[in-house]
Amino acid sequence: MRNPLSQRITEIEPSGIRKFFDIVSEMKDAISLGVGEPDFDTPWHIREEGIYSLEKGRTFYTSNAGLKELKVEIADYLLRRYQLKYDYNHEIIITVGGSEAIDIAMRAMLDPGDEVLIPQPSYVSYEPCAVLANGVPVIIELKEEHEFRLTAEELEKAITPKSKLLVLPYPNNPTGAVMEKKDLEAVAEVVQKYDLYVISDEIYSELTYLENHVSIASLPGMWERTIVINGFSKSHAMTGWRLGYACGPRVILEQMLKIHQFAIMCAPTTSQYAAVDALQNGDKDVAQMREEYDGRRKYLMYRFAQMGLRCFEPYGAFYVFPCIKEFGLSSDQFAERLLAEEKVAVVPGTAFGRSGEGFLRISYAYSLENLKVALGRLERFIDRLRKEKQ
Amino acid sequence: MEMREKILMFIEKNSRVDVKELSIILGVDEAAVLNEMAAMEEEHVICGYHTLIDWAKTGIEKVNALIEVRVTPQRGRGFDSVAERIYNYAEVNAVYLISGGYDLLVSIEGKTLHEVAQFVSDKLSTLDSVLSTKTNFILKKYKDHGTVIAEKKRDERMLVTP
Repeated sequence: MRNPLSQRITEIEPSGIRKFFDIVSEMKDAISLGVGEPDFDTPWHIREEGIYSLEKGRTFYTSNAGLKELKVEIADYLLRRYQLKYDYNHEIIITVGGSEAIDIAMRAMLDPGDEVLIPQPSYVSYEPCAVLANGVPVIIELKEEHEFRLTAEELEKAITPKSKLLVLPYPNNPTGAVMEKKDLEAVAEVVQKYDLYVISDEIYSELTYLENHVSIASLPGMWERTIVINGFSKSHAMTGWRLGYACGPRVILEQMLKIHQFAIMCAPTTSQYAAVDALQNGDKDVAQMREEYDGRRKYLMYRFAQMGLRCFEPYGAFYVFPCIKEFGLSSDQFAERLLAEEKVAVVPGTAFGRSGEGFLRISYAYSLENLKVALGRLERFIDRLRKEKQ
Repeated sequence: MEMREKILMFIEKNSRVDVKELSIILGVDEAAVLNEMAAMEEEHVICGYHTLIDWAKTGIEKVNALIEVRVTPQRGRGFDSVAERIYNYAEVNAVYLISGGYDLLVSIEGKTLHEVAQFVSDKLSTLDSVLSTKTNFILKKYKDHGTVIAEKKRDERMLVTP
């Protein structure tokens, strides 16, 4: 029999998270700090709107690009929150989560051999999506000393004549890093100098704790070269609804829409109706959740300081990314031992790229009570490691 | 948000929080939190630190009722003096002045149905200014003080996700 598989797909490595997930699942009553989604339920008024749309029998396809009401709300939201101007009619597509938007943006913009600049540590899907879109991923290894922000120098060093696209994943999963306006301005200059395009994944944009998030698309000369990706999963605790969106110049969006219409048709109708309510009446919920995350974040930083665990202060998303190099274990070894000995699951930094070696991703999408118990165990564990080393 | 409001928002849901922790979470000085809390206790802004208990799970009998009370207000003192006569009883958990079809809503706790009924007929209805009472027994508490009592939610998320 012939080999049923495409060579390209078999060459893609399965996600490093998957491997760890299998180990954790075997472990009974482990406390997990490994989750990449909010611990809050979707606010009830949003769920209720979804239920209502079902009761009303709104169970049909929407137009490919999405419900007009929702696109209008998104255009209004992006303007009010981030000073981003998009025409709801041609410059916004509703997608099945931010993930789909990443995929179709790359497929619409890449020709074989085009290089995609991907800063890491970062979310697991950029690299495989680039490969699936015939692109060539070029990894930029971010540094702790820059608080895992992308610098203009790092970017410029990675650029070749084949570079076409830069993925800008901020606020960042897994590091919690943010890019402030001055950081973005420096990067934008390089992007324009080398005539690059940007996919700016801003799915955590509502979760920043220093200042309001700034989108690179709002900087002069950047709108026309940026696809902004955002969604409802993190801001409104709506991961399971699978709803995101992409915004950008019509010339790119038109081609993305073709892929979307043939591969997906449209995003889930129920989710789209619920999301209209999320944007109309959800600002208060978003603010409340942000406040709660921020309290946990401060608590974690304080406890790390007490334990003497090195960690730069992250100002975004709901992750902290402490450094474990002092213990002489790899991220994988550390995470596996922590799980085996103290039943606490964290994700090794290497699951998000090689430059994550020596770090752990700890999620604070957990109640404070939960975090306290887990941190107590972590503290006991590192005390033991330090004694072992003596 | 003012520090006072931040403290109150937090301890309204969790009065057991340690002051040190609270000061870290709010990002303010520990001594400042202590002072503010002491001031609010003094001013009776903070009126107590209670515990939310689901007595139904303990096997200890408790009967709660909400009594709608119509009263004649008193010249010069309105409803305050009759409210005071009512809230001084230990059986009374809460008294609210209400707009609408009646005047006072009185929450009562007793050991048995009989005990509550007796309190209403002997003590409450016989007060001079009370015109009528209507007793509503609470059969089941679903949510109290902003907290769902019925069941504790389990974390159903997958243990590790990207």
